[in-house]
Amino acid sequence: MTEPVLKVSDLSVSFRSGGRTVHAVDDISYEVRPGEVLAVVGESGCGKSVTSMATMGLLPPTATVTGSVRLGGRELVGASEKELARVRGNDLAMIFQEPMTSLNPVLTVGRQIGEVLRRHQGLSRKQAAERAVELLDLVGIPAPRRRVGEYPHQLSGGMRQRVMIAIAVACDPSVLIADEPTTALDVTVQAGILDVLRSLRERLGTAIVLITHDLGVVADIADRVLVMYAGRVVEHGEVHELYAQPRHPYTNGLLGAVLKPGAEGKRRLPEIPGLVPSLEAQPDACTFAPRCPRATERCTAERPQLDRAACWHPHEVEAR
Amino acid sequence: MNDKATGNAAEHAAETAYEQALELRALTRHFGPVRAVDGVSLTVGRGEVVGLVGESGSGKSTVGRIAVRLDEPTSGSVHIAGTDVTNLSRRRLRPLRRKFHLVFQDPSSSLDPRMTIGEIVAEPLRLHRIAKGEEARRRVEKLLQQVGLRPEHADRHPHQLSGGQRQRVSIARALSCEPDLVVADEPTSALDVSVQASVLNLMADLQRDRGFGCLFITHDLAAVEFLADRIAVMYLGQIVEEAPTAALFADPKHPYTQALLSAAPVPDPGAQRTRERIVLSGELPSPLDPPARRPTTTPAGRPSRGVFDSCRFHTRCPLAEDRCRTEVPALRTLPDGKRQAACHLVAEDGTAPDAAAANTHN
Repeated sequence: MTEPVLKVSDLSVSFRSGGRTVHAVDDISYEVRPGEVLAVVGESGCGKSVTSMATMGLLPPTATVTGSVRLGGRELVGASEKELARVRGNDLAMIFQEPMTSLNPVLTVGRQIGEVLRRHQGLSRKQAAERAVELLDLVGIPAPRRRVGEYPHQLSGGMRQRVMIAIAVACDPSVLIADEPTTALDVTVQAGILDVLRSLRERLGTAIVLITHDLGVVADIADRVLVMYAGRVVEHGEVHELYAQPRHPYTNGLLGAVLKPGAEGKRRLPEIPGLVPSLEAQPDACTFAPRCPRATERCTAERPQLDRAACWHPHEVEAR
Repeated sequence: MNDKATGNAAEHAAETAYEQALELRALTRHFGPVRAVDGVSLTVGRGEVVGLVGESGSGKSTVGRIAVRLDEPTSGSVHIAGTDVTNLSRRRLRPLRRKFHLVFQDPSSSLDPRMTIGEIVAEPLRLHRIAKGEEARRRVEKLLQQVGLRPEHADRHPHQLSGGQRQRVSIARALSCEPDLVVADEPTSALDVSVQASVLNLMADLQRDRGFGCLFITHDLAAVEFLADRIAVMYLGQIVEEAPTAALFADPKHPYTQALLSAAPVPDPGAQRTRERIVLSGELPSPLDPPARRPTTTPAGRPSRGVFDSCRFHTRCPLAEDRCRTEVPALRTLPDGKRQAACHLVAEDGTAPDAAAANTHN
């Protein structure tokens, strides 16, 4: 097995504001290998985006980050801004949900792609322009020679997201973090973007960390899945196994509640009662216990460690 | 249809015994050169849930806004519970407003942050002089209970509730006057999976108990499948297919519907990775410059209205043939009498073309 290219260990992130401390991410670990797609799933507020921002070193100074993020042997937690600037966009790249807010509206897309190449790879203006056309072609934008001179507003949402991907992979990063890359897009467009990500991992061997709430997207593209709840990892595993036999009651509830297009009779959808807990406490207990149908006294008294699932009473794996 | 003398009587009769909660006839809405809605006819029967599905830019939300008179159609008419409301003045419309209500996608921007939940839910009761004071308070309490909120929520403000709870408040408010018609525009799209499930269950329960007609507008195929009795699919301002829910999913006729169904990912890795997907070439054309055979720009380069003499989907359809580029397909009723499709390639006997066979990508 190849060595992981990104290894995150015991990462915790907390924010202090107005005398309160919010523990957004609580002691999580994961790793990705070259050409692998790791999906980080969870609902709003579970800490999945904060995890990716912490990995990129993009959190504001109000955040306290502890633990370790190693990218190809280099430690990123605590690295200087200068070191980080060298890594970001070069070896570690990121794309966001809304491409329009990350693209500069007054520069052509070619110029924006070229900027990365000139900065990190020292290409000349002309070389960068040439490479920008190749990159647009790589992400499946038709007529790249014409598109390279266009401005973001001239492109559709799907095309803008492809441009963002082109910028992200311009320097051939070993890891691409994609935070809800298809959430703002229509399903027919989404399918195309997922195809682009798939081809990147196949052609360039890029490791992809996909942050999403969409269990359909995960089923489509991920190799492994990390399920987060209230800042903690509650379950992780290989995608087929995790969907077929979820062990944590939260994963089980989530997979039960998700709608299945083409298979939705008039059924009653299973709900997960209750609300997500506040992130101010860091209880020495299972954070899902108050909503869990399987919870016992132990769940409120002792924090379960992550095996495949962080749970004292996981669903049993059925004998095959 | 009626002359003036009988018009009023008919209106009265309609009030007690109407057949369609909503009837849209040949609705168009043009914004300058943009044909956002271009000839949409749709009915929502009494107590029926009709799903209106389409991608961004299809015009589905504009149809919803026109249906509740938040926007005026360029032409065509809107009938709610038997009454033509298209040209009613604001004053004449006001007493009728209790019959229909809109639920928006984002409850945090559609609820007044300065009002308490109790005031928000009671407002329609007060405005329509249905109840006030103690009576209104009792009704609000009952409504909150029906949507799964506790009585003490009445004293809170919207920011103190979660997204799912706020959407429950919107629903309670929409139902406060016991409307005949609820238009819901992406009511669950902003919610998390587990919250979405509970809001959809709630809508299904309330609809069954109270029997209001519902136009459910969404891009989420699974959500309409769960809730709707009948589904209409929109593409670039027009309905391209309409069918009972189960029939549409089992046997989609229009190539666009087929593509849409094949693109929605199924949350099952085994099934999802072996599915055949229909890949559409290009993206949704801009409604400013929709595919039409005649040039759509004037010599000065400005977009002109352009005349449609082709199928609007032909630029992306994997099956398009010459006829699709030269002739507008009519929305015709198929032999079973329950379904409609606007596609030249759907045979006389209703046999659907196979868009998946035309492209072997999976």
